Amino acid sequence: MKFRLKIWRQNGPAERGRLVTYEAQDVTPGMSFLEMLDGVNQRLLGNGEEPVAFEQDCREGICGSCSLVIDGIPHGPDRGITTCQLYMRRFPDGATITIEPWRAKAFPIIKDLVVDRSALDRVMQAGGYISVNTGGAVDGNVLLIGKDQAETAMDAASCIGCGACVAACKNASATLFVAAKVSHFAILPQGKPERTHRVSAMLEAMDREGFGSCGNQYECEAVCPKSISVRFIANLNREYLRAGIVEAGLPSEPESPHAESV
Amino acid sequence: MRKLDPKIPSGPLESKWDRHRFSEKLVSPSNKRKLTVIVVGAGLAGASAASTLGQLGYQVECFCFQDSPRRAHSIAAQGGINAAKNYQDDGDSVGRLFYDTIKGGDFRSREANVYRLAQVSTQIIDQCVALGIPFAREYGGQLANRSFGGVQVSRTFYCRGQTGQQLLLGAYSALCWQIERGQVTMRPRTEMLDLIVVDGQARGIVVRDLVTGRLSVHTAHAVVLATGGYSNVYYLSTNASGSNVTATYRAWKQGAVFANPCFTQIHPTAIPPGDASQAKLTLMSESLRNDGRLWVPKTMVDHRSPGDIPEAERDYFLERRYPRFGNLAPRDIASRAVKAVCDEGRGVGSSGYGVYLDFAGVIGQQGTEVVRERYGNLFEMYHRITGEDAYHSPMRIYPAPHYTMGGLWVDYHLMSSIPGLFVVGEANFADHGANRLGASSLMQGLADGYFILPYTISHYLATAALPSVPEDHAESRAALHRVTSRITRIVSAKGRRTAAYFHREVGKLLWNHCGMSRHEAGLTMALTSIPTLREEFWKEVMVPGSGDAFNQELEYAGRVADYLEFAELLCHDALHRQESCGAHFREESQTGDGEPKRDDTRFAHVAAWEYRDGTVPLLHKEPLTFEFVQPTMRSYQ
Repeated sequence: MKFRLKIWRQNGPAERGRLVTYEAQDVTPGMSFLEMLDGVNQRLLGNGEEPVAFEQDCREGICGSCSLVIDGIPHGPDRGITTCQLYMRRFPDGATITIEPWRAKAFPIIKDLVVDRSALDRVMQAGGYISVNTGGAVDGNVLLIGKDQAETAMDAASCIGCGACVAACKNASATLFVAAKVSHFAILPQGKPERTHRVSAMLEAMDREGFGSCGNQYECEAVCPKSISVRFIANLNREYLRAGIVEAGLPSEPESPHAESV
Repeated sequence: MRKLDPKIPSGPLESKWDRHRFSEKLVSPSNKRKLTVIVVGAGLAGASAASTLGQLGYQVECFCFQDSPRRAHSIAAQGGINAAKNYQDDGDSVGRLFYDTIKGGDFRSREANVYRLAQVSTQIIDQCVALGIPFAREYGGQLANRSFGGVQVSRTFYCRGQTGQQLLLGAYSALCWQIERGQVTMRPRTEMLDLIVVDGQARGIVVRDLVTGRLSVHTAHAVVLATGGYSNVYYLSTNASGSNVTATYRAWKQGAVFANPCFTQIHPTAIPPGDASQAKLTLMSESLRNDGRLWVPKTMVDHRSPGDIPEAERDYFLERRYPRFGNLAPRDIASRAVKAVCDEGRGVGSSGYGVYLDFAGVIGQQGTEVVRERYGNLFEMYHRITGEDAYHSPMRIYPAPHYTMGGLWVDYHLMSSIPGLFVVGEANFADHGANRLGASSLMQGLADGYFILPYTISHYLATAALPSVPEDHAESRAALHRVTSRITRIVSAKGRRTAAYFHREVGKLLWNHCGMSRHEAGLTMALTSIPTLREEFWKEVMVPGSGDAFNQELEYAGRVADYLEFAELLCHDALHRQESCGAHFREESQTGDGEPKRDDTRFAHVAAWEYRDGTVPLLHKEPLTFEFVQPTMRSYQ
């Protein structure tokens, strides 16, 4: 098989980028999309040219490193997979394929197809955890968690943090990402004590990092390699509303009988 | 010559760890703030260690080469994590997990270490539940278990086929908390390229910022390596493409001894290799062997499609050779059995390197839906890669390099032969002996990081004299110089061949001569070929651009350069061990019917190798003594 590739090349964050056309030759249908790009890079190296920078690591759809917009769609034309799980048998021989990086204000381009997704880590640091110390935890079976509840939490927890949801959203919103994390913890009893603070802190961090707001268009769900449902966004909204009520209900000053009156 | 003292506490096995913890010195809270610990790697072992050390009050600097600590390769572990909870009341206990692990490792690990691992296994599950990990549950709300290869109880906890992902995200969330609290400084996209040793103590590292190319020195009171295994030395493996040997290999060159490098696990069930462009092998979880049956045609070169081959003409070779464990025989044994039938010419698929993994039986008995619920994501994965539907025709599988039991030598404290250099997770050699059982790597990574290292490192920090080391110390400058000159040498070679070419070549050499089956002539041949290939690399390698910028090809070439040296160490070790044990099969040492023959009189030791400049590495032997179990012939027949 042969393909014509139009690949985004950009030397650094401050430089101008452009689409450059390359030929991919000797491609077999059983090759993965990334192996096809490996081949292009080996040939570029052979000609003394700089290879195309792109991210990848596990190549089995779980680490969340790979991040290509293929013909306008994050992770390419198939649903429920990452770029590394896309195989060339999916494309007609001789096709022209356009390859671009994730594009979002919160994901500055480092080089070519590599972007900086550390904003997602900072959103997690704002509250995407349960504060428990190592050691001293009670027996795992003390907490009974129904099968359905555990399965729903697992559906949310399966997010791989690739950022395709952001790349697909015209507002470059990370709402599905935040919704998945907030829901995972809110569904489980272990996450309850911190749920009020968590949802507010993570949404504030999302705004701070320059992600946009949810526009209810569901592109995020359509491109999510783990098919995480937008129902979790509804859950996020409920959590946020709940937090607003709970926080508004709290007295602004601690009302301790021992507090001195001013 | 240094003496290797494993520092195993005396007394009864059951109370060694408790008594040891009590005798350890502690660091007071106010002093912890003044102590800095470097953790390299942010997988299960690294993230759990860094977060726990941060929680204890140490200042932690954590480094990883990925763009986020959440991407470390622990994330790809599918099947599960073992723990001696005995929730199924099927006869499990700490003692049984200990014995299974010692036996599974073919009596080539330390009793005291393995017992401690089995003891803390139960705490790991509790800790992970507290962190919010959504383990599979029964309808009544209790934790669910499944069984795994090499054992006869159900002690494996799991989150669908994504257990590694969930455990890593748990450790990562704990890490996020400590980053938010200011206890851990996270430095993603940095790669450790050398170790700084001052007056015999590990006191820092040299790292390269992978975005800017800038080299920098980081000093600390202790250094923890959690940098994973080296299966990628084989080129094709189930590991992520970034997984590499550089950090542990650089530490080796600075004096940390390397133990049992030839103990490399070849996992029996991966999707068989396709064409030459293939960049990785994809694992199909061992849990599939709970219900799938392995078979090949009884006759050679049978080209019929599997459905046309009647029962009587099929050889269910694992069930035939190992009736007691059947398809759940341990990994090393299953892999060799697969290789044996393929070498006989009975392999299936276009290359002949493959056997069937058949689910027709279970689908017939329990229906497609049950199988879909259990293994749906794996069947989907198989379909995407091969284009075949395993619900209707059997999967084809073949062994692939997967995990490395060998690693930097550590004592009971998880400290290497360099004081102040600790090694955790797959990067050390300690607990799995010559073969690791399924679902035990996650257990060991978290045991080391959450529950063992935080105690033992505190004792070191409380007792060692640790004068301050400025960043421009002579040893730091020397390490920086080593790194700079190496990078310069790589980018200035300006040859005609890519790093991938050399990686493929060294991988092929090792797979053929130091893979599932090894013999003296092959290993000797590899030992003469590797230096030639290495010389060619330094003359012919081609890396565009410079070291002062984002340069993925330079990162890769640096790792390949280390494989080209490390491969030799691996072969030296395989050549020295003239016995068959666990994953290490020497053709000279087998019984009449092809079963491995272990030699406890000559090889009941850890082979720990010391680097020597310009000559062959020096072998130290740490004898393995068995006080509590009797090494037996490891039989699964």
